[in-house]
Amino acid sequence: MIDEQRVVKVGMADLNVISGHGLIRTTGLGSCVGLTLHDPLKKVAGLAHVMLPSSEIAREGALNVAKYADTAVPKLLEEVLALGACKSRLVAKMAGGAQMFTFARATDTMRIGPRNVEACKAKLQELGIPLIAEDTGGNYGRTIELDCETGTLFIRSVQKGVKEL
Amino acid sequence: MDLFNHMEEFKMDVLKEVGNIGAGNAATALSRLLNKPIDMAVPKVQMLPFEAISEQVGGAEQVVLAIFLRVEGDAPGNLFFIQSPEAAKKLLHRLAGFEVEGEDSFSEMEWSALSEIGNILAGSYLSSLADFTSLQMTPTVPALALDMAGAILSYGLLQFGEMGDSALLIDTTFIEGQHEVEGQFFLIPDPESFAKIFAALGVPLEHD
Repeated sequence: MIDEQRVVKVGMADLNVISGHGLIRTTGLGSCVGLTLHDPLKKVAGLAHVMLPSSEIAREGALNVAKYADTAVPKLLEEVLALGACKSRLVAKMAGGAQMFTFARATDTMRIGPRNVEACKAKLQELGIPLIAEDTGGNYGRTIELDCETGTLFIRSVQKGVKEL
Repeated sequence: MDLFNHMEEFKMDVLKEVGNIGAGNAATALSRLLNKPIDMAVPKVQMLPFEAISEQVGGAEQVVLAIFLRVEGDAPGNLFFIQSPEAAKKLLHRLAGFEVEGEDSFSEMEWSALSEIGNILAGSYLSSLADFTSLQMTPTVPALALDMAGAILSYGLLQFGEMGDSALLIDTTFIEGQHEVEGQFFLIPDPESFAKIFAALGVPLEHD
């Protein structure tokens, strides 16, 4: 019998978790950052598709915590812990944070990719979760997929094909 | 966000007209370049969740060629001209006689020609809008990218991102004869720009 792989999809400015067999995926990361947490023993994983660095700039009524690095990382942690992950075993990986377009006059908005990466790293450090691999920066889009069983992060881009972290 | 949730029909119509005028002028410019009539679909004005925006061009992973420029001035926003790589190749062939080679990559010469075409099209889109609204709108130098639609378009959503999870998109499609040259204009004004556009066009903006 062919084992149908279960795939959990995560949209832009969203997060989700998975346990056991299967993959968790998000597509078309540009300046956004895809951040994963994984507990290799419990086989629990979570993925957040972070769009902006800080919720301080938010002007929305009901805050979407998955959208901002400073709120998404703690929320993702909370959700993987709820699925049985152990905090001391958690490892993080991330990809994305590209600068899709380069302009002569780079404003802060244009640098959003690197700022997202920095904000995610700062939050991980604050929470004491080690970042064990990353594929960030550059000027190209990425689709990422984490294998919940092995913790391998597959990164696909148009120009560079598939890379494993 | 109330402004966007309860935007009346006639305001949507005003924005459609904005798309119509901008893209109409760009279509005229393109048709002069190609010496061929270019048709335009009726503009679509929609408040769409972020996820649904890349669906308008075939999904987040669809590889597209995009010309992006930031609009600065009285009513800032983001403007994209999006084509499939095949359509861009055909456009280059028709316009400058480039031989169509590899579908997935563009030579430096092709890249620079596309950048110039983007400049002309986006410039005519914006200048007609500026004339129509009497607002000052200046484009940044266009930037080009060949990549996943989701990665590209998310760049135009950052300003809306601070306010919610959807953005207002003014979407206009070009079609030429046998669908040889197709392209889509996406104008995503910054949330603050709508009030200015409406005020400039004499549309009353009441707060509810």
